[in-house]
Amino acid sequence: MSIPLPLFVAIPLAAAFLLPMFGKKGKSAATVLANMVTLSLLVLAIVTIRQYGAYEVGKWSIPLGIILVRDGLSSLLLLAIGVVSSAAMLFSTRYMEQYTAKAKYLSLFLLMVAGMNGVVLSGDIFNLYVFLEIASIASYALVGFGCEHEELEASFKYMVLGSIASTFILFGIALVYGNTGALNMAYISKAIQDSGVNAGLAFALALFVTGFGLKAALVPFHAWLPDAHPSAPAPISAMLSGILIKTLGVYALARMVFNVFGVSVEIGWLLMVLGLSSMVVGAFLALGQWDFKRLLAYSSISQIGYVILGIGLGATLISQQASLAWASLAILGGLFHLVNHAVYKSLLFLTSGSVEMSTGTRQLREMGGLAERMPITRTTCAVASASIAGVPPFSGFWSKLILVVAAVQARLFWVAAIIVFVSLCTLIMYLKIHRYVFLGEVPRSLEHIKENKGSMLVAMVFLACLCVLMGLLVLVPGLRENVLDPAVQVLTDGVKYSADVMGMTIGT
Amino acid sequence: MPYALCFLLFMIGLYCVVVKKNMVKIVIGILVMEYAVNLFLIMLGYRMGGVAPIVGQSELDPSTGGLLSSFLNASVDPLPQALVLTSIVISLGSLALMISVCVRVYGKYGTFDITEIRRLKG
Amino acid sequence: MRGMTVIVKTVSSWVKVLIFLYGVYIVVFGHLTPGGGFAGGVVLASSYVLLMLAFGREFVEQDLPLALDSKLDCIGAFAFAMIAILGLVFAGSFFANFLYQKYLPGEPLRLISAGTIPLSNIAIGLKVGASLFLVFFSLSICRRGKGVTFDSPAGQEQE
Repeated sequence: MSIPLPLFVAIPLAAAFLLPMFGKKGKSAATVLANMVTLSLLVLAIVTIRQYGAYEVGKWSIPLGIILVRDGLSSLLLLAIGVVSSAAMLFSTRYMEQYTAKAKYLSLFLLMVAGMNGVVLSGDIFNLYVFLEIASIASYALVGFGCEHEELEASFKYMVLGSIASTFILFGIALVYGNTGALNMAYISKAIQDSGVNAGLAFALALFVTGFGLKAALVPFHAWLPDAHPSAPAPISAMLSGILIKTLGVYALARMVFNVFGVSVEIGWLLMVLGLSSMVVGAFLALGQWDFKRLLAYSSISQIGYVILGIGLGATLISQQASLAWASLAILGGLFHLVNHAVYKSLLFLTSGSVEMSTGTRQLREMGGLAERMPITRTTCAVASASIAGVPPFSGFWSKLILVVAAVQARLFWVAAIIVFVSLCTLIMYLKIHRYVFLGEVPRSLEHIKENKGSMLVAMVFLACLCVLMGLLVLVPGLRENVLDPAVQVLTDGVKYSADVMGMTIGT
Repeated sequence: MPYALCFLLFMIGLYCVVVKKNMVKIVIGILVMEYAVNLFLIMLGYRMGGVAPIVGQSELDPSTGGLLSSFLNASVDPLPQALVLTSIVISLGSLALMISVCVRVYGKYGTFDITEIRRLKG
Repeated sequence: MRGMTVIVKTVSSWVKVLIFLYGVYIVVFGHLTPGGGFAGGVVLASSYVLLMLAFGREFVEQDLPLALDSKLDCIGAFAFAMIAILGLVFAGSFFANFLYQKYLPGEPLRLISAGTIPLSNIAIGLKVGASLFLVFFSLSICRRGKGVTFDSPAGQEQE
């Protein structure tokens, strides 16, 4: 069955504008509808996982019109967005009862999902910018949703840095348009292959790396993330850390570098250095935190470093004409880590939300001994922590193992050492969370607290099961060939992308 | 040369964002950056002595009903103008949000000075 | 805000109609002349902004209640999405111009022409006008420090 690609954008967008019309009385109906939207997007993404192709919006053919392109990488990201957004939406049905204006929250949430789906599907560089801005503006508003001191301050900081990033990206797009005369990514890529990278295009690439790096919170540009992510409501933190920085940052960066501009050794090393510095700095800063969600946010910076490192290593290996098998292994590690991180970091943020809702605090020093009071939260948090630290049967282990093997094969032993070392730091910081939140003495103020019920638990258990089972994505060949391999293929093929897209549009 | 001036304007905006301490001035700096980029986009499509790409009765070829080739050769590139319109809409959305956050922050902290609005640390 | 002097009130109550009509003109003729949904919507909103400056907030709230305004906002955006989806239903592609030359013939450069484009313009004009006025209105409430929870209706339209 063939499903038109714009549905991935149109369904959440239409629902987002329909929801506020329900008003105060229809709040539960609105919640159910929003949940159905996210779930149906997940189901659509799973059912059509191998349905690649290009879609000409409004029947305008490509040099003129906008196209949506779905290939392996888009499918992978759509799947990740579907999983994280359904879990977060399920979680927020109960969690968001604390806040007023739930209909507005749901509407902004769906707007953000629509924007992210648009970013991964867009085959047009300016359309990518538009969707990126829709997702970003929705997320600025959601970060400041609580309207308290910290939330507003974090939201303003995030907004200023995010707007600078968007302006950089727009400037880059203008330069690309001026130099190639096209906005379609396939045509730009073809023009760049024909003419080579001149100074203007190189500057545009630098602007893109800065802009998308700001959106992805790589280390020199990370200042907003530790404020913005903890200040948002917990399901939104899960969305932001789990998937937004990857879609707007990592995906867009990888698409530009690999498929539009083509890889070179320099850009590969640049990505590797950015990745390594994010890993190390993020991990060290996370160790010193005493705020539950802030620690998780710093840990996100460190984990995003792994993804960028894998992708950068792959870029270096491809452009050195080294063995393509090891390059695709590095990229596989990076992308698999991206999906893994989406699952376990959103789970960790959801558990932090569950703890915060019960105890009313985020400070690690004020908690303790919650293991018996909140057994399910504790178990899911333990699963996610084991996963993120790379304990063997869980998903994080496999992606880190793949990255280490790829680094060793590339003769970069120090990179492998850093990967293992940061993994150890990660283990330490999650042991710290367990020590202070779930073990030890119960403070007197927290003696009466109870486990949360209902949809929050369902969401957390769902993600925890995924954490355990995600290892199968690389271990079972059938799953790997359907989900991860096509995504890796897209990046290793590099600038062949343009020929592929043009082939697809002729086919349809 | 005009491109260099655009870049200068962009840099002025960036300077304003980085150096100023008043929240509203930071917002203004972001807007200056956005306008510089918009100006840059418009100038990419401009050609000397071009006409506006608007089709009226006089631009249609009476015999075929298509556009006159003299019009096609003289008109400026309409695509950047569409892009600029879209980016203006987007910056309007984010401007409204930024200003409302500024107003809200002023209500909470009683100041626009970002050096005094520092509850988040670490 | 109690409003301004009687001169301002009288003049703006006349001018308001003209501005509003001009906005409607720009929206409706958006496919023929410069302008269109966004520009016309801004003009529409500015007529109410003028009214609000001259007569004060309470007067405008009677004329155009906030609930109605945000409903119009949603309806505009939803109608735009619906036009896209109807394109899928009738012509097999999102945003396909399903009315053009098929159900609604029309000569070029006439008011009734160009299929769905005028309809999209009207939807966008409604959306932009309503949301821009909402933004202005909400900011004026916030100044007293007891704001409603408000989020910016991020204007998104791609033409």
